[in-house]
Amino acid sequence: MTGSLARTPLYDWHQAHGGRLVDFAGWEMPVSYSSIVAEHTATRTAVGLFDISHMGRLQLTGADAETALERIVTRRIAGLATGQVVYSLVTNDAGGILDDILVYKLADASGSPYFLVVVNASNRDKIVAWFEKQLTAEKQSNPRLDVAMVDRTPEWGMIAVQGPKALELVRPFLSVDPSALRYYHAAEARIGGPPGIVSRTGYTGEDGVELIVGASGLYALWETLLMQGRALGALPAGLGCRDTLRLEAAMPLYGHELNEQINPFQAGLSFAVDLEKQFPGRDALVAAKANTDRPVRIGLVLDGKRVPREGFDILESAAAREVASAAAVGQVTSGTFSPTLERPIAMGYVDRAVAAPGTTLAIDIRGRAEPATVVKLPFYRRTERKQA
Amino acid sequence: MTPASFAPQDLRFAPTHEWVHVSAEAGAKVATVGVSAFAVAALTDLVYIELPAVGRTVKAGESFGEIESVKAVSDLYSPVSGEIVAVNDDVANHLERLSEDAYGRGWLIKIRLSDEKELAALLDHAAYEKQCAEEAH
Repeated sequence: MTGSLARTPLYDWHQAHGGRLVDFAGWEMPVSYSSIVAEHTATRTAVGLFDISHMGRLQLTGADAETALERIVTRRIAGLATGQVVYSLVTNDAGGILDDILVYKLADASGSPYFLVVVNASNRDKIVAWFEKQLTAEKQSNPRLDVAMVDRTPEWGMIAVQGPKALELVRPFLSVDPSALRYYHAAEARIGGPPGIVSRTGYTGEDGVELIVGASGLYALWETLLMQGRALGALPAGLGCRDTLRLEAAMPLYGHELNEQINPFQAGLSFAVDLEKQFPGRDALVAAKANTDRPVRIGLVLDGKRVPREGFDILESAAAREVASAAAVGQVTSGTFSPTLERPIAMGYVDRAVAAPGTTLAIDIRGRAEPATVVKLPFYRRTERKQA
Repeated sequence: MTPASFAPQDLRFAPTHEWVHVSAEAGAKVATVGVSAFAVAALTDLVYIELPAVGRTVKAGESFGEIESVKAVSDLYSPVSGEIVAVNDDVANHLERLSEDAYGRGWLIKIRLSDEKELAALLDHAAYEKQCAEEAH
């Protein structure tokens, strides 16, 4: 198993600093270095540094890149200003979700626009193939279409710097002021010297940036940020707390809340779908939008301490202590103990009839029905505070 | 209740990471059972432990409770058979006892042994350490 796993440019650092390495989507990645809760708390209260080099980074260039991308993704790309970042979905012809992605519109040094698409590591091969297929089809109907896609994942590394002190930490190393970069905006910039891309984005529910630099410069950048961050309470943070952080922020994770059998409306992602434009699955989604039979994504908070996990049944009522007699109304897709709320939380899909916040349900946790209440998502929302 | 921590060398271990210390109490052999420091370190971020009631009878290899971390849940298996004569309720509210003092204040239950011969099947500290070294890879 270990032999075939991909490694990020920070692999040696993770190894040397107590990172507990696991196979994540074919990459050898750290779950945590110290403890998940400590890294989670550092990110909520100070700053956490994450190696996210495993994320797929696809670059689309050419005069028609915008036109081509517009026909592939669910969100409107045409008319984006340079520097904008949008969360979008990629759907198949049936409207099932192939991936959730970020699309960056950027401009190179000569001012030519290009697009960067950041995709889930687990979906990178699938999305590269899907994009190639779509681009080939587009080129067949228009041979003069000027667009090229390059998978930059191996040659670029990526670090997320997240938390209330994230901007303070990175500011001295950037050629642009991160505070001047609005949320979901990005720019090419010098990052500690070498050129790269900085975006005001993240997957933690905190403010912060994600930094992309050439793979060879990543190690030095990582060490520099950690050293400078020490006084601010920064910690290196692994995938374990990345999961608890995103779950508290109710951000869906592909393979859990999202898959090819789930449509965006069930997932609560209608904002990420523009039915006024054409893309694969668009017609299927017009029909799906009117269909209220399918289960929808909800959040649950539990009264007890036992933790719900992926795949556990969600039951109709807590009154039915006998798990066998209670009807299943859905399933958990992600569950954890929330370090911030200090309670077990879960996301899952349930029948629409029991999806309203305040509804009392239960989760079958290894044979016992544990009471759970439907809550409005997210579980955690940061209080707006101006970063220094 | 349990004064000083046991030295790991004085304990026997189950391959499932529980430890046992046997002493004579009121003419009977009583095993103090806990979970090893190695297991606690591997679990990290403990959030919950469920322990049985005093008076329950357990068989060797049977689950007597569960221990839950942020990431996962694990069963606790009894290394020996017998009646549970004491439960460390304090540890449920102070999970840090497990990481701070796994072989002392982090003890979990005491079992009045019904079959002393079962102890022979358990690992000594050196053998257990060898197993842990292998698992760490």
